[in-house]
Amino acid sequence: MSEDIFQGYKGKALEVLKKYNVRVWGQTSIQTTRGNFEGTVLPRAENDDDIHIVLKIATGYNIGIDIGTIKAMKETGYKKANYKIPEKEFPITEGLPSVKLFGTGGTIASRLDYRTGAVIPAFSPGELYGAVPELADICNLTTEKVFAVFSENMGPKQYVSLAKAIGEEIKNGIDGIVIGHGTDTLHHTGAALTFMIQNSPIPIVLVGSQRSSDRPSSDAALNLMHAMKTAGHSDIAEVMICMFGPTSDEYGLLHKGTRVRKMHSSYRSTFRTIGDVPLATVSRDKITPIKKDYKHRRKDRNVDILPYFSDKVTMIYYYPGMKPDTIDALVDNGYKGIIIVGTGLGHVNKELYPAIERANKKGVVMYMTLQTLWGYVHMFVYDTGRDMMAKGIIPAGNMLPEVAFIKLGWALGQTDDPEEVKKIMLTPINDEITKREPYNGYLIYQGGVPEVENFIKKFRK
Amino acid sequence: MKKDKSTETNQFNPQQNYEQSRQEIGYVSRKEATKADYDRIGFMSGLEVHQQLKTKEKLFCHCPSGIYHSHDNYNAEVIRHMRPTLSELGEYDGTALMEYKTKKEIIYRLNNKTACTYEIDDTPPFKIDREALEYALEISLLCKLNVVGEVHITRKQYLDGSIPTGFQRTAILGVEGEIPLKNKKVRLIQLSIEEDSCREISDIRHTRIYKTDRLGMPLIETVTYPEMLTPDELKEAAEYIRFLNRSTGKVRVGSGAGREDVNVSCKGGTRVEIKGVSYNKMIPELSHNEAFRQWALLNVRSKLKSRVKNISKWKILHHEINYRDFDLKYEPITNGLIDKYRIVAVNLPYFKGILSHFTQPGKIFANEISDRLKVIACIEKPNMVHSEELEPKVVNDNFVKLKELFDATEDDAQIIFWAPDEDISTALETIEERCKITFEGVPNETRKSFSDGTTIFERVLPGADRMYPDTDSAPIPLEDKYLQKLGKNLPTDVIDRYNQLKKWNIPEDTYTFIFRNNLFPLIEKIIKDLKLKPKLIGTFIGHRLKFVEGHYTSADEFEYSIIYDLFKYLIDKKLDIQLSKKMLPVIYQHPKMDFDSILTSINFKKVPKEEILSKIPFLKQKFPEIKTSKKEGGAKHWIMGELQKTAMGNIAPDQLAKAIEQN
Repeated sequence: MSEDIFQGYKGKALEVLKKYNVRVWGQTSIQTTRGNFEGTVLPRAENDDDIHIVLKIATGYNIGIDIGTIKAMKETGYKKANYKIPEKEFPITEGLPSVKLFGTGGTIASRLDYRTGAVIPAFSPGELYGAVPELADICNLTTEKVFAVFSENMGPKQYVSLAKAIGEEIKNGIDGIVIGHGTDTLHHTGAALTFMIQNSPIPIVLVGSQRSSDRPSSDAALNLMHAMKTAGHSDIAEVMICMFGPTSDEYGLLHKGTRVRKMHSSYRSTFRTIGDVPLATVSRDKITPIKKDYKHRRKDRNVDILPYFSDKVTMIYYYPGMKPDTIDALVDNGYKGIIIVGTGLGHVNKELYPAIERANKKGVVMYMTLQTLWGYVHMFVYDTGRDMMAKGIIPAGNMLPEVAFIKLGWALGQTDDPEEVKKIMLTPINDEITKREPYNGYLIYQGGVPEVENFIKKFRK
Repeated sequence: MKKDKSTETNQFNPQQNYEQSRQEIGYVSRKEATKADYDRIGFMSGLEVHQQLKTKEKLFCHCPSGIYHSHDNYNAEVIRHMRPTLSELGEYDGTALMEYKTKKEIIYRLNNKTACTYEIDDTPPFKIDREALEYALEISLLCKLNVVGEVHITRKQYLDGSIPTGFQRTAILGVEGEIPLKNKKVRLIQLSIEEDSCREISDIRHTRIYKTDRLGMPLIETVTYPEMLTPDELKEAAEYIRFLNRSTGKVRVGSGAGREDVNVSCKGGTRVEIKGVSYNKMIPELSHNEAFRQWALLNVRSKLKSRVKNISKWKILHHEINYRDFDLKYEPITNGLIDKYRIVAVNLPYFKGILSHFTQPGKIFANEISDRLKVIACIEKPNMVHSEELEPKVVNDNFVKLKELFDATEDDAQIIFWAPDEDISTALETIEERCKITFEGVPNETRKSFSDGTTIFERVLPGADRMYPDTDSAPIPLEDKYLQKLGKNLPTDVIDRYNQLKKWNIPEDTYTFIFRNNLFPLIEKIIKDLKLKPKLIGTFIGHRLKFVEGHYTSADEFEYSIIYDLFKYLIDKKLDIQLSKKMLPVIYQHPKMDFDSILTSINFKKVPKEEILSKIPFLKQKFPEIKTSKKEGGAKHWIMGELQKTAMGNIAPDQLAKAIEQN
């Protein structure tokens, strides 16, 4: 296949390039009604319009030329850019733990993609070493790209193949696993791997970045260092998410894969443990446990891989006035399990009762979780709650909605028997339901209150 | 290489060497310098003029623009470390790597009034501020630039931490324009719109603190070709661009609102950028000194080249030394010891006479090394002593001893520096690197300016390798229709205004004040509407108003438009225009006071002309009794003086004089 010499250009702009015989990466002088311009023609992002041509001018800036203004155009040279992170061989240091990094895409290591104008993942031990040489002081790294998808495209298929790949690595004797992952659904994957990889002898660390690594202030490098440190050196052998603690470049937090949630669309410190405290803090030199009770690292290579998932599970976010047909439709479409995200202590309106009854009769299992995120489902407090339980809805304790969804998919992947499913759902594997909620498990400080303002001024949040 | 070994103290005198090297390169002071001097050294310079735009909001978020806080007025702090990334063309930038070497911890102070999560890079950019874009485009049109068809936001890497993202969002609006100077036209490379950076609070050791109030304010940068061949021309161009920007009335004024980066080189030298010059009047002195600094460095190069046979093998030697073995009673050293600093001696082969070589008035080559130790290795100054101090800090015996230690020759020079353990390797690299650059000539740098006209090293000059498309923003098309609309409301060109002022016979010494404050439109309006004499208005504004501004303080916001009201008032009331001069200081101090009250406050009383004139005969009679002056016309002067107070505003002085003569 011949190379696309008009990368990304379409329609009228493409015609103009063809007419004047100018290629992408061609050095060009253009005469327009607004004066003359000189520069190198750059590829154009797919979703941008077809009436402009992008030029990189001598000072390094990019500009667009309106094709309607072009009077003449001439290619005077050609120089293709070679965008490549300098690759250096990752050094092996005796005595350091070996860590395997699985790449799934996302912003942890990325480079420019002209097709979309966004960033695409770049990834190899050499590239990572080129970008973050400090990693070589932490561990001996090997990498494997299992798939390259953006976080929002991660799904059950990926969970299953990832779990299997990790199982293999554990058996082969690796000291720790790091999974590079987009942040949007990091906590879904965290839950899935917790259920699918049980009794792991080593840490399994999910990590991402909120600012892509193509910018100097990216959190990617530090997150990666924290994750490698955790995977290689930590005594905590659980599935964890490792991301910034405060928004400052200070330390990371290790969250249990089952109790964590992305809580801000763009903050670096977006991941928060909900209804509990995080497992530990991690800096480049040390891991400091916050929770005393955790699963310890072991020397053996025993691990249980349970790679099951049924995609016949769904989730509904209740809103006042919700109509029964929303549930009916799901049932009619063959869904076997529904996670309801209810209001308050776990409520939906009476109007839905017939639909709930109908679903129950058809063998669809339903679990109640909370829009409030914090707290437990308490369906005994009000009559409505009792009514709903009678109609077959099972309270899921303080399981987070996304975690409940993943767990139900995992449970239904193993059995169709509602009693079996119930047993699986309500038997915690790693604190997805906790017996107690500590006082400091719910902390959302209110800005503006003097004490809080004082705190913020003194501590970098 | 065979070296002459000798330890006897030589008669070398650093002060003498400094003077001699200054003469060698033919340094003349700015005052004495002529065009011929600048031709001799091949003075060449260009400008990057930064100008804040007067918008309500910042460029990429909705924080208010133009509110400043004191250092301690903040609500929260955020820490960041910067890491170099690749440019779009897959290259690392030199500055980026240097900044990374410094391993700085950057702390940002945030005030909730002026910073949101965008400033600390925890939220992607919002759409570009249209007001800012419009103002910047108007100025682009005034600069006769070729305006782009589509604006592409680009990220320009800055690893010094002055922007928390590690890059500045910036975009080109036009290329290839020009501005007219008195004797030539200067071409413009480009004009960009960009977000302003943080303001530095402190930079000590490995911690740099910034505040974020100014961060993100819209700014334009006008870049000229390096076509100015004397410091005066450079200043003229800076003034023209500043006046052009201000002629729109849509830019900010006041301290720091307009800042120049001055690019200077000499023949055989290289582009060095003097950053952030706020006062145009500093430009000539700074550019003058910089050109001569480069000229001096070239002299250093040729001296070294004649001495060093194999440049590629040249390297420094170093040795950690023990405080007790030397005589280092110098406070910065002893203070350093308290903090467990180590003391390192360095031998610079063949550098005798180089360390004390003139570079700038009062500065020698050794300063170039010391400056870099501060910036790159983060060692606070004073951070070193050397064998050629103009004012020795430690006894010379130390260096005699060092020569022995290094087995050095008389041609070598020595440095002693002190630093914390972790900074020593960077310090050594820095010293060697700076010395090695000497063989090449003048390093590409950005330099910081001082009010005495000298500069110090700030950073390695970044190149085009630090540009990267902003993947967070979509391109913005600029249609012909939109530009045509903007083109209809442009102010007249500054050069045309200049010529008009000349035609009006307004003295030239008023022009700077008029343009600086964008008062031309006001003058034009007064002349047109009120039919007053241009020269009178011009001097009233360019002399009287300037004087008043310099000598009084205004209680409220004084707006120039009040001057129009003042003249209109005097005309309407049929009062003498000259009253305006007396009224101005009061108006300036109390802009809200009405004109009638102002007249009362200056003791003005309306007296009919006849009443004043009627006193002349009496005074004429009285003069011989007093005889204050025997000179001819003495009587007239005396009478004028006596009547002036009452006459002011009631009768014009020339009319009064005529009346005295006739009576």
